[in-house]
Amino acid sequence: MNNDFLVFDHVTKRFGALTAVDDVSLTVGKGEFFSLLGPSGCGKTTLLRMLGGFERPDSGRIYLEGRDITDLPPDRRRVHTVFQNYALFPTMTVWDNIAFALRLAKRPKAEIEERVDAMLDMIQLSDQAWKYPNQLSGGQKQRVAIARALVDRPQVLLLDEPLAALDLKLRQHMLIELDAIHDQVGITFLYVTHDQGEAMSLSDRIAVVNKGRIEQLDGPAKIYEAPATRFVASFIGDTNFFCGKIVSIDGDYCHIQVEGFPQIRAFNDKQLKVGQRVDLSVRPEKIRVTRTPPLPEKGASINVFPSTVRDIVYQGVYTKYWLQSEALQISALKPHSRFLLDQEAITWNDEVFVWWHPDDGYMVEVQ
Amino acid sequence: MNNPLHTRKAEWALTAPSFLWLALFFAVPAVIVLMFTFHGHDASGGVGEWSLSTWRELVDPDYPAIVWNTLRISFEITVWSIVLALPCAYAIARMKTRWRGIVAGAIMLPFWTSFVVRVFAWKTMLHPDGWLQSCYIGWLSVRAWLFGWLPGFMQDFLLWAGLATPGAVDPASSTILDSEAAVVLVSVYSFLPFAIMPIYSAAEKFDFSLLEAARDLGAKNFYAFRRIFVPGIRQGLVSAVLMVFIPAVGSYVIPQMLGGTNCILIGNKIFMRAIQNRNIPHASALATLMAVAVLVPIGLAMWWKKRQDVRGRRRLDAQTARLMVSAGGAR
Repeated sequence: MNNDFLVFDHVTKRFGALTAVDDVSLTVGKGEFFSLLGPSGCGKTTLLRMLGGFERPDSGRIYLEGRDITDLPPDRRRVHTVFQNYALFPTMTVWDNIAFALRLAKRPKAEIEERVDAMLDMIQLSDQAWKYPNQLSGGQKQRVAIARALVDRPQVLLLDEPLAALDLKLRQHMLIELDAIHDQVGITFLYVTHDQGEAMSLSDRIAVVNKGRIEQLDGPAKIYEAPATRFVASFIGDTNFFCGKIVSIDGDYCHIQVEGFPQIRAFNDKQLKVGQRVDLSVRPEKIRVTRTPPLPEKGASINVFPSTVRDIVYQGVYTKYWLQSEALQISALKPHSRFLLDQEAITWNDEVFVWWHPDDGYMVEVQ
Repeated sequence: MNNPLHTRKAEWALTAPSFLWLALFFAVPAVIVLMFTFHGHDASGGVGEWSLSTWRELVDPDYPAIVWNTLRISFEITVWSIVLALPCAYAIARMKTRWRGIVAGAIMLPFWTSFVVRVFAWKTMLHPDGWLQSCYIGWLSVRAWLFGWLPGFMQDFLLWAGLATPGAVDPASSTILDSEAAVVLVSVYSFLPFAIMPIYSAAEKFDFSLLEAARDLGAKNFYAFRRIFVPGIRQGLVSAVLMVFIPAVGSYVIPQMLGGTNCILIGNKIFMRAIQNRNIPHASALATLMAVAVLVPIGLAMWWKKRQDVRGRRRLDAQTARLMVSAGGAR
């Protein structure tokens, strides 16, 4: 993989007093499915618009295949966007929408027909070719928007929250389809979303963006399991934070003292020293909740804390428990299954045990 | 209130006043005007006996030329108004909301002064010593020069259609006041707001991200404007054309005051027949003729549009059928 395919080199963009993009540098490989993930207003869309040519950075350069494209207008970049609202041309049929870029490029008629028909085939809308956009469903519009942007084989396809306007079922279906399309065309996809699920399931790599800066750039699993910052840990999925200080080291493990709580054992993969302030993140699904404590042979090395059930929320796939343990509130998820069923169902105000393996906690240093 | 009978009643009650108003002050007078045309006139300016004499009198060799001139000048006024209104409406629609109101208000502001007063003001500006006079001579010279380059048959055609005048420009005898150019200029000035407003209200609803999408796919700004923006505000354009063309055809104040004897339109003729000659039936016949002259092209355009749609649908069906056959699905 050529890693210098698309390069943002110290790019900064301000809107008045607001710094939307703050000195961002990143590289995207050719053919990669790359996601910019962050909350709304974090600057991810501004990054995308600068690549599309709709905004000009205040400083820094953008290179595409070694060529500086920072100052080129949108029509002189081979970069196409799938807009959040699709932006299909309402006065043109589906066929004409898809043919738009090819007609602009003055391709021969036969080639236009062949390529548009091939695109329609790919998105399985050949029988809708002569309809107008307002006659299509949301998912169909979405597919037309993708076909329109892919038809003249751009160097990069930009997708700006492309699934945000679709309902859950359709979104899941389109995710699979997007993945298939990416495999089929082999074009670099730059995907902007605030939905971690979308980014996780599609991306080769994800850049988590917050306040105009990249907090972490890694593969999906790394971002979830080993968040670089407290922001990443809290933005990607749900987590429990234990803020404290390392008080002792025990081989590969350490003990963390949190105010108003017993010491917690955690895996010290970063080889932090005693006295270091850390935020320990433990995902709710890694915490078990039981009426009885775990077997003593396990109990020696794992974290076990007696707690009181404060709240229970049934979520279908899981049930979420809110537990009071000493001075802290802990949330835990429990899947439903016969095997996991307690003798007696856990209910409000029950005295229970929460426990997790020290390897399931992940520490983020606090400066 | 969900009873359909109730809503039907409510509909009637709500539309009745405007319906009645239109019937009384539009439909009935229109029928009266039409009936007058089948009467003669008497010497005192009254309406005479039933007769076809008025229609017979209408075979005046002047009239075809005047009708043609009226349509031609109205067309010119419409084209200029649309050409100026399009970028203007586009610009207003792209402004911040606060500015839109201010600018749109500024465009409507002249309506607070009397129309006749404004036309009089133009009379001063078009004075032979004014700078507009120099512009006019320059414009005529350019036109004459361009005309000289045209092949003979085109020159003949333009002369025949009244779109050009033969010979060199004589600055002494060519005054912008009392010319066709003055009529077109001031008419465009007067009707421009009527062209801007419908286009603007369509442009305001236009989704400008479509222009960005077009740019993104490789279109230059002007191409995106022409292929995406203009078709997108078609409805506004159609009403703007009608809002300018129809009053232009019927206008008589502007040609009367600024066109002199060089630009007599059908509106002036109607005025002359009705007020100076006191021949109401004749004026009515001219008015009917003018209405027909406006309604026929509009009717034709609508018929053509409908035919295009039907054809488009047929082509669409044919394409779908072809696709189904090629997909092996000719069930």
